This record gives sequence, C-alpha cells and structure tokens, in this order.
Amino acid sequence: MTPVTNVIICGTGGQGILLASEVLCSAARSAGNDVKKSEVHGMAQRGGSVSSHVRFGDKIYSPLVEKGFADLILAMEKMEGLRWASYLAPKGKLVACDLRINPMTVNTGLAEYPDIDAIMIEEKLPVSLVPAVEIAEELGNMKVVNVVLIGAISTHLPIDLEHWHKAVKEQVPSKFLEINLEAFRRGRELFG
Amino acid sequence: MRKKLNTVMEGTLLLSGNEAVARGAWESGVHFASAYPGTPSTEILETIAEEYDEIDAQWAPNEKVGLEVVAGASFAGARVLSAMKHVGLNVAADPLFTLSYIGATGGIVIVSADDPGMHSSQNEQDNRLMGKAAKVVVLEPSDSQEAKDMVGEGLRISEEFDTPVLLRMTTRICHSKSLVSVGPRKEVAVKGYKGDIRKRVPIPAHARAMHGRVEKRLREMSEWGAGSMLNRIEEGDPSVGVITSGISYQYVKDVYPEASVLKIGMSNPLPWKLIEKFIGMVDRVVFVEENEPFLEDAVRARFLIEADGKNIIPVEGELNPEIVRNALRPESVKALTWQAIDLPARPPSLCPGCPHRGAFYCLSKIKGSSTGDIGCYTLGLMPPYNALETTVCMGASIGVLSGIEKAVGRVGMGKLVAAIGESTFVHSGITGLIDMVYNGNTGTVMIMDNSLTAMTGGQQNPTTGKNLKGGDAPVLDLEGLVRACGVEHVRVVDPHDLKEMEKVLKEEIEREVLSVIITRRPCIMSYRPKKRVVATVDLEKCIGCRQCMKLGCPAISWEEDHPDISGLLCWPNCNMCVQVCPVGAISKDLGGLE
Repeated sequence: MTPVTNVIICGTGGQGILLASEVLCSAARSAGNDVKKSEVHGMAQRGGSVSSHVRFGDKIYSPLVEKGFADLILAMEKMEGLRWASYLAPKGKLVACDLRINPMTVNTGLAEYPDIDAIMIEEKLPVSLVPAVEIAEELGNMKVVNVVLIGAISTHLPIDLEHWHKAVKEQVPSKFLEINLEAFRRGRELFG
Repeated sequence: MRKKLNTVMEGTLLLSGNEAVARGAWESGVHFASAYPGTPSTEILETIAEEYDEIDAQWAPNEKVGLEVVAGASFAGARVLSAMKHVGLNVAADPLFTLSYIGATGGIVIVSADDPGMHSSQNEQDNRLMGKAAKVVVLEPSDSQEAKDMVGEGLRISEEFDTPVLLRMTTRICHSKSLVSVGPRKEVAVKGYKGDIRKRVPIPAHARAMHGRVEKRLREMSEWGAGSMLNRIEEGDPSVGVITSGISYQYVKDVYPEASVLKIGMSNPLPWKLIEKFIGMVDRVVFVEENEPFLEDAVRARFLIEADGKNIIPVEGELNPEIVRNALRPESVKALTWQAIDLPARPPSLCPGCPHRGAFYCLSKIKGSSTGDIGCYTLGLMPPYNALETTVCMGASIGVLSGIEKAVGRVGMGKLVAAIGESTFVHSGITGLIDMVYNGNTGTVMIMDNSLTAMTGGQQNPTTGKNLKGGDAPVLDLEGLVRACGVEHVRVVDPHDLKEMEKVLKEEIEREVLSVIITRRPCIMSYRPKKRVVATVDLEKCIGCRQCMKLGCPAISWEEDHPDISGLLCWPNCNMCVQVCPVGAISKDLGGLE
C-alpha cells in the first residue's frame, strides 16, 4: 500500500496556483494514484491568500491535509509559506518562491511585512528558497513562474518524470508548451 | 484543444463537486437548468453551459425566478435543475415551500451550496433545516462521485415520490476535486404540459389534500430510505458508532478508519429503521456533522439515547481533519513540529483598475459613507476608504438607507448613500427603490454598474447584453428602469473621472429629493487591454504627500518616502493615481486605450 502524500500549494490570488495544482493532480493520476484536491474560490480571487490542498495515494478520503501532516508545501510567495508552516509534517519540506508581495494591510500601513528570512532561520524551517521569478524573466515570460516551481518540487515527490511531462502537456495551452517544458526543466534542475 | 465533456462517454474524470453535478444532470437527461450565480454554486451552470449543449441553461435575475422557471418546465414534464448558494435558497423559499406541496412532474433537483466557515458568505445557515421545514427530500453527497450519482438518483426519487429534491452541497464538496466514473447521456422524453388544477393550484381546498399527501410521502420515504444505497452502515469496531454525512464522513474515515459508521446520504426524511439498527450495534454513538446538530437532535429526540456530538464538535465554522481527530480520538493527537506564526493578514481588495475604487475614493474624500450590499463593492468597508457601514443581504442597501432616514430624518442620515451593484439591483434592489419613491424618501442610491456579476468570478446578467451561453441578449436599460420607478434625478458618471465623480456625489447627496447615480465602467475582468502601459513615479517631483495611497490600489506600495508602482499589477486602462497626484509626479500615457 502506497502511503498518502500530502501537498499544500499556497500564494496570493492571480499567481497561477490553480494551474500548478492541476499539473500536480494530473501527474499523480498518471502515475496511477487516487487523487483529491481542494481549494476555496470566491473572495480569494481579489488578491487575498489562496491555497490548494492536494492528496494522492492508493485511497484518499479527506480532500484537506491535516495540520502536521503536509509532506510538502509549495509557497508562491514567501510570507504565505510561513502562514502554512504549522501544517508541515516532522519530515516535511517547504519550497518557497523568493518573492515578496505586500498585502494591502502592509500597503495601507496597518501592518509591517515581517523579515521572513530571519523567521525561517529562527524557526529552523526546512525551507528552500527558489529564484523562480528570475528564471521566468530569463525565459521571457512571467507567467511560467508557477511551472518553474512545479519543476522545483517534482524531485521531492514520488512521481516519475514521464508523468510530470505528460501532465504539463495536458494542462498548458499547446502554443505555450515549449516554454513551459523549459520552465519545468529549469525548476527541476535546481534540485537535480 | 481539449475535447468537450459531452463527447466523453466513459472513463474516469477528476471533477469538482460542481462539475460532477453538471455531469450528473447531463447523464440523467436534464433538459433545462436555471440559476443565479453565488459562491460556491456558480460553476454548476457555467459547466453545463460550456460542456453540455444538450441542456438548455440560463441565468435568472434572482434565485426565486430561477426556481419558478424550472418549476414551470417540470410542470411541462421536463427534467430540471436549479442551483444557488445557501442564502439564495432564502430568496427562493417562497416557491420552494409550495412546490413541496405541488410536487414534480419532470424531476426537480435544487442544489443548495452551503458555506460552512463562511469563505464567501454573510452567514453560516445549514439548509438541511430549510429542506426539513419545506418537507422536501434532502440528499448530502460526500465527494464528487456521489454528487454526480445523487443528481440522477434525486431526479428518479423526485419523479417516483412526486417531490422536489434538495441536493445539499457545501463549499468543500463544491470546490474539491475527486475521481468520477462517467457514462453517456440517457435521453428522457419531455412528458408535455397538461393542466391539473388539483395538483397545481393550492387554493385552501386543494392545499389541505396536498399537505396530507406530503406527510404520507415523508413516512413512505423514511421506510424506503432504510433500504436505499443512499444510506449505509460500514461495520467496524462496535465500541464507537459514528453517525455522519457529507464531507464530515471523509474526515471520520481518515482519522478513525476502524470505527463503525452510519453514513447518511438522505438526511430528510431520515431512515429511522436503519438508524435504530445501527444504534443497537454499537456501544457509544457519536455524531460528526458540520454546523447544526441536524442528525443529532432528530435521532436523540426519537430514540432518547445518550450520545456525543455538539458537546465535542463546534456548531460554528467548517470542520477539518484536526477538529474531528481532537473530538473523536484525542489520544491520537500529536504535538505539532511547527506552531502557527502570527503574520499580517492578506484580505481581498478591489483589483487594480477596478471602477468601484473611484466611487469609494470620492465618497471617502467628501467624508461620506454608504449602506452596502453584496458584491465586490462590499470591500468599500476596507481602509483606506472606510466608506461602507452596513450589509444585510442582496438588495438590502436601499431598504436600510430608507429606514435610517425614517428613524433619524434627512439630516441625521448625513452623507450616507446606498451602494449597490447593477446585478444586485436587478436581483432585488428594484423593489427597494420603488419603496423609496412610494414612501417619500429623499436619499441617494448609487448603482455601481460594472456590467458584470463580478464577485462570483464574472457572470453575465440582464444588463450586459450577453446570456449564459455567450449569445446576444437585450440590454436592460437601467436609466429607463429607474425613471419608470418614479425617480426624476438620474445621473450617469464614469467613476474613473474622479473630479466628475466627486462633483456628482456632492450634488446628489445635497439634493433634497430622491436621486440615483449610476457609476458606469466595465469590470476589468470583462475585457483585455490592447497595450501594456503602466504608471511611473518621477521621484524628482514626488513630495511624499501620500495622496496616491488613499486610492488603496494594490499596485501602489509605500517605500520609505515615496510610492512604488508595480508594473506587474498596474492596470493599463486606469489613471486614477495620475489624477490624484497634486504635483504631477505620476505619469501614464494612455495612448488611445480609453
């Protein structure tokens, strides 16, 4: 029996979190798993926090990851990664895009954006920061940041490369396939 | 190019609960569907319209009309579906309660998408109680496969037992994806319309007989439910018997796989015989259900048993695996490796380029405020605007403003206006405006017309010129409608023209008779700008006065002593920051984009 793998993808509205979680679900399914995912739409679309839970394995019941059980958290924005830290399993990993997006509470002066890097060190979080924005800039399309990040987490998950490739092909429009496959490759080689 | 789903006749698909409901409707031969958008139900009709051409689907102006239209189609023998969010069922309650007496000729499934945890809602009502009060069948799926299957089974039950069926979903079912095995569409003939006044005209003489039939139907269905696949016992450790339904079932299976479980799929009427059997099998009964103690109260009142339920699981909020573990199996709770970290909240905000920003910026600038309504513009309550002070339900902004004037008079009302979107105005604001005219109110109603039902993700409505299927539709003439209600002073203004917006607000608030302002500019979700132009700040000219920060634009952040405008977030067709800068430090060449 394959153990259940628990993943949380988080970030802010408009970052392509839903596409990223669709790619992950496709890959997990292609590898023969039962899959469930859960996300909340609605108010989240207006730039608020967005998250998607993905679980796969032989048989999945809850679509939500239980606190303390996440094997992997992928954060498309640094502070959002910290927000979900308590969901990490003891041996879980946090992969975060090295990107800061101010919430309106910071812009309007009601709050300060915390020193995320310092907190990550202080809390001894098992975190890897990924320069996904720089990689996407090099590739000339900011929209592929999410696929760079999917590439970055791909080596951390029990899914073979062929299934990832198939999933990217299924989920991105064909005219952007090449750049997305390249984005995936660049992300993946970060954790070689 | 992805294949349309009505060409997929077999296999397994990863579908959300909403997509599964659409699939179930298609496979079961549904002919017609109508709804008003509302999170978390909106994607049901959208999926039907995009994927399943065989179903005639349309947006209604509100949920009451949506249900009435499908009722009529059912009277004519069509299989029908209507969908709404939980509070939408309040709007549709009037037809629902009597439709229960009338019954169904073609099968009727009504989806109520409840929102435990209030991810995108103003209350947390549990519509199993509404279904019980209306005396209709209530089905509760616990994943997408069941959501699909229960549409088909619901239609069958509806026709066999002559009753509307309420399919009670929740956000976590609507917006979670799981695997669904699919099949082809089974065509069902429309039976045709045949008048039957004893069945469909509930004058008291008829209605008394109808009510008798309803009570008989509920007794028969309870018997039937004990043997139905909808409800099942999963025998396990007899020391604990969990009675559960919906998403809660999945959490129970995860945290306590050994427990005996009675999974209720039909929660009204309850299958008493099956429940009695289960109670006899286990030593201790625990009810695990979200929000109201619906199963718990009914079962404990009938069988007078000791049990755990809402004493260990909260009524308020959405359940999740950790809440269920803490309640059901506290001995298995492990200490967390990392604790939650206190961080600034990231609340939603009006999008960069949002037309509502201009209206709220000006209202805030003249120290006005508003009675608010349901839509994106509810965000007018947030800083830096602080320009919205009440919200009750769809359409209530206008009635509330009238009532404040009745209580404290025109002077006491100060600079309050009613703020309501065009879709919400059409939904249920019109009657409030007629009331204002009829009863001599003098306030100002601001209809914020962005020509899209935006909060729910961008749907068409009677003012947009398009229907659900993307076809052309007549455009509702808002100015003409408002005038026809008896309003003499109607002004249309572009909310991005800040000078004009402020002037119109001032003049209409000061006006001693009733007036309507229509702020008109399309929602940014409804079009794609042709060119990518962004605002830039000239740091030589900037005096650090923070006027631009008063716009509350997500693209503008403050860096020590000057604003920084994000090129990624700045919306091309907007130059409100250019307008508010008193020294001309912000520039943007719109170059014909208007």
